[in-house]
Amino acid sequence: MKKVYATADAALDGLLHDGMFIAAGGFGLCGIPELLIDALVRSGVKDLTIASNNCGVDGFGLGKLLDTRQIRKMISSYVGENAEFMRQYLSGELELEFNPQGTLAERMRAGGAGIPGFYTKTGVGTVIAEGKEVKTFDGQDYILERGIVADLSIVKAWKADDTGNLVFRKTARNFNPPAAMCGRVCVAEVEEIVPRGSLDPDLIHLPGIYVHRIIQGSHEKRIEQRTTRKKETA
Amino acid sequence: MPWDRNQMAARAAEELEDGMYVNLGIGIPTLVANYVGDKDITLQSENGMLGMGPFPFEGEEDPDLINAGKQTITELSRTSYFDSATSFGMIRGGKIAAAILGAMEVSEEGDLANWMIPGKLVKGMGGAMDLVAGVGRVIVVMDHTNKAGESKVLRACTLPLTGKAVVDRIITNLGVLDVVPGGLRIVQLADGVTEEELRAATEATIVA
Repeated sequence: MKKVYATADAALDGLLHDGMFIAAGGFGLCGIPELLIDALVRSGVKDLTIASNNCGVDGFGLGKLLDTRQIRKMISSYVGENAEFMRQYLSGELELEFNPQGTLAERMRAGGAGIPGFYTKTGVGTVIAEGKEVKTFDGQDYILERGIVADLSIVKAWKADDTGNLVFRKTARNFNPPAAMCGRVCVAEVEEIVPRGSLDPDLIHLPGIYVHRIIQGSHEKRIEQRTTRKKETA
Repeated sequence: MPWDRNQMAARAAEELEDGMYVNLGIGIPTLVANYVGDKDITLQSENGMLGMGPFPFEGEEDPDLINAGKQTITELSRTSYFDSATSFGMIRGGKIAAAILGAMEVSEEGDLANWMIPGKLVKGMGGAMDLVAGVGRVIVVMDHTNKAGESKVLRACTLPLTGKAVVDRIITNLGVLDVVPGGLRIVQLADGVTEEELRAATEATIVA
């Protein structure tokens, strides 16, 4: 089966429909599927529910899909970097489901691993627990959280081979593996597609079984908070 | 004189012991890294890294290498990277010895509020709820009172909680308090701060 596609638009062809549920990798602007997000903007698909830790910034990353009003609902842990997000949320145009970061990651992992629900201490005694089953194990309360299965996953990796084996780079790995796992279909964009056999099989971060389509492209990789220190002068 | 930000961070660093894996929150907690001295401490960044190094030199920033505050950072010889599910597995699983976090309010029962102000601030909890539920020890570092001079150390939190009965120790500009049965116990006064001053700035019950 051929997994490599020429463009992001071609890789998404036939996978999109209004009202669909998409899981996206990335943390802040680090390791986000920039090219696939741009292709979603061009496709015009709308009423999207997107599970992603953040929602980009104004005009970049998932923020682009806010500008075009293509998102109906976000499932996120932190959305503080985005004025348009706040405006749409406070005016009731955009629905928001806050998930604690680890709960969101585990919901994706679990969904992809065939686990429909799991119990966690995270959020016990807070608004996050409202309406959720509480179960006591060994004298401690836990709440039931559901696994996520998305119609489509969009992720960004560093390298892939043509079978979809992925390798990530540094902290750009973040939500990409669990997001990839939870999609019925996963499209990955990478910086480089390398020949089969050139990735060390012991060092594959995400096996190709989770990845159905791949594109290669160049990434802007915008930095959200550029922090540096001065070199000490002798 | 109450402690300043750096003195509070230095005091918090005294909580850390050789060999600990630690998660530092944003703000004053980040400064704690400057005061660990010779202690062998491994910093976790919940976006998927153990062994967080200092900020990069100018021109050496890597967009693929950031901390949980989205700041550019560097790696160390001990560094490892992993995905977010694995990262929160080690947090929820109790592998991280301590988290040092900022707070808006703390209660005498160890309840913590630090993620939202209804109608004003709707940013999200990020990883804070997972951290306070999972790590071995939760240490809060914050000013004792807010800008209006009102106590942030309360009988009960007024803001939505990040976690219930999760805080072990509170380090403020006025001193150090432990959460114990029945209320808070004074562990230490900041230099030049009297017990009366600390009590006056504290709404929570202080037990002997």
